[in-house]
Amino acid sequence: MTDVKIKIIDREGISHIVDAPTDMNMNLMELVRSYELAPEGTIGICGGMAMCASCQCYVISEHKLSEKSNEEEAMLAEAFYAQDNSRLGCQIRITEVIDGLEVTLAPES
Amino acid sequence: MIKTDILIIGAGPTGLFAVFEAGLHQLKCHLIDALPQAGGQCSEIYPKKPIYDIPGFPEVLAGELVDNLLAQIKPFQPGFTLGERAETIERLEDDSFLVTTNLGTKHQAPIVAIAGGLGSFEPRKPLLQNLKKYEDNGVDYMIKDPEVFRNKRVVIAGGGDSALDWSIFLSNLASEVTLIHRRNEFRGALDSVEKVQKLKNEGKINLVTPAEIVALKGKNTLEAVTIRKSENPLEDYDLETDNFIPLFGLSPKLGPIADWGLEIEKNAIKVNTFDYQTNIAGIYAIGDVNTYPGKLKLILCGFHEATLMCQSAYQRIFPDKKYVMKYTTVGGVQGFDGSIKEATKSVVKSID
Repeated sequence: MTDVKIKIIDREGISHIVDAPTDMNMNLMELVRSYELAPEGTIGICGGMAMCASCQCYVISEHKLSEKSNEEEAMLAEAFYAQDNSRLGCQIRITEVIDGLEVTLAPES
Repeated sequence: MIKTDILIIGAGPTGLFAVFEAGLHQLKCHLIDALPQAGGQCSEIYPKKPIYDIPGFPEVLAGELVDNLLAQIKPFQPGFTLGERAETIERLEDDSFLVTTNLGTKHQAPIVAIAGGLGSFEPRKPLLQNLKKYEDNGVDYMIKDPEVFRNKRVVIAGGGDSALDWSIFLSNLASEVTLIHRRNEFRGALDSVEKVQKLKNEGKINLVTPAEIVALKGKNTLEAVTIRKSENPLEDYDLETDNFIPLFGLSPKLGPIADWGLEIEKNAIKVNTFDYQTNIAGIYAIGDVNTYPGKLKLILCGFHEATLMCQSAYQRIFPDKKYVMKYTTVGGVQGFDGSIKEATKSVVKSID
């Protein structure tokens, strides 16, 4: 089993460094839910289809992540509080590449 | 007053299937849903997405699943109160419940089954100052009666299917339709995107992209919106309008149900796994809205929960009756509409 470390700043501004497994086909939204860093029902509403933006987060480290798909771009264009470094957590896969990633969860909307 | 046996709050897949199971017990159902159509998330968020874990369906589109469920429950003639949110609940003297919606529609039933999913879908409101002042004064988040926009100037904002569809629809009714979106690209059915393109070319829809509304203006009612089309706020300009319809999707909120005295944990209603009853006898919670040890938010689990809930509801309504579960293959399905579905009898005949 291989884990990576990810720093997640929740909506209250509290910082959490969590272990994330790379061998479970997980994404960042699911990671936040599994550690209950955002209340159930306020994140991952569409289940991870890039169709609701409830898992929006801001990437604050310099990691080079996979390109946004058209669906993710379109959803972020409709999301509130979007910034240049906004991503949908459900579209960020947990892999070795994102070890040390730092993100802040966007406000609930 | 609408009277029924089981009042179901939420017309998603779990609520719809509960109508079928109740029907097998000859119990009638009525459903309340905040959305204007049945199907819950399946219809509202992902109708065109495939689902792969419905038993017996290797693949089914969410929208098709809803259509199938509606066909399956049709013989049991469910009633619907759509576009209204269940607001309050009272226990009456005869131990039945009175549920009233935000529009004042009253429903009475001995059993209430909450199948509310993640909650009722509330419109996501843009972050604009004075927004509240203009609500129902020129700003609408949902279109219930398109007629109110006849011969009005309408500004729609958003980039998804509902923004496209309503722009198309209102282009025939309103005197002026302006569609504003932050990007040139829209996220919707290809057919709708092409239609908007055509209407734009014909001058029937005024398309402003990439742009966004940054302010609302008007003395008492909405008179104009301020549009930002470039990075430079000095280039903002006003567009006179009678109505502004922001369509930025819906987000589910547990809402008034949270104040019904039910035990809530992690935005879900606690139930026992014997019959999915809540801490209030006679009120059940099934599907994504409930929680118990080992809970999985899956449609197929909701179906199971609905089935056990109906057994218990039957016993509660008829405490003296014995109920023996019958397979539909054996007992058939007898609709309240007089329809009967049953297996064809096999032939017993000798072969010479």
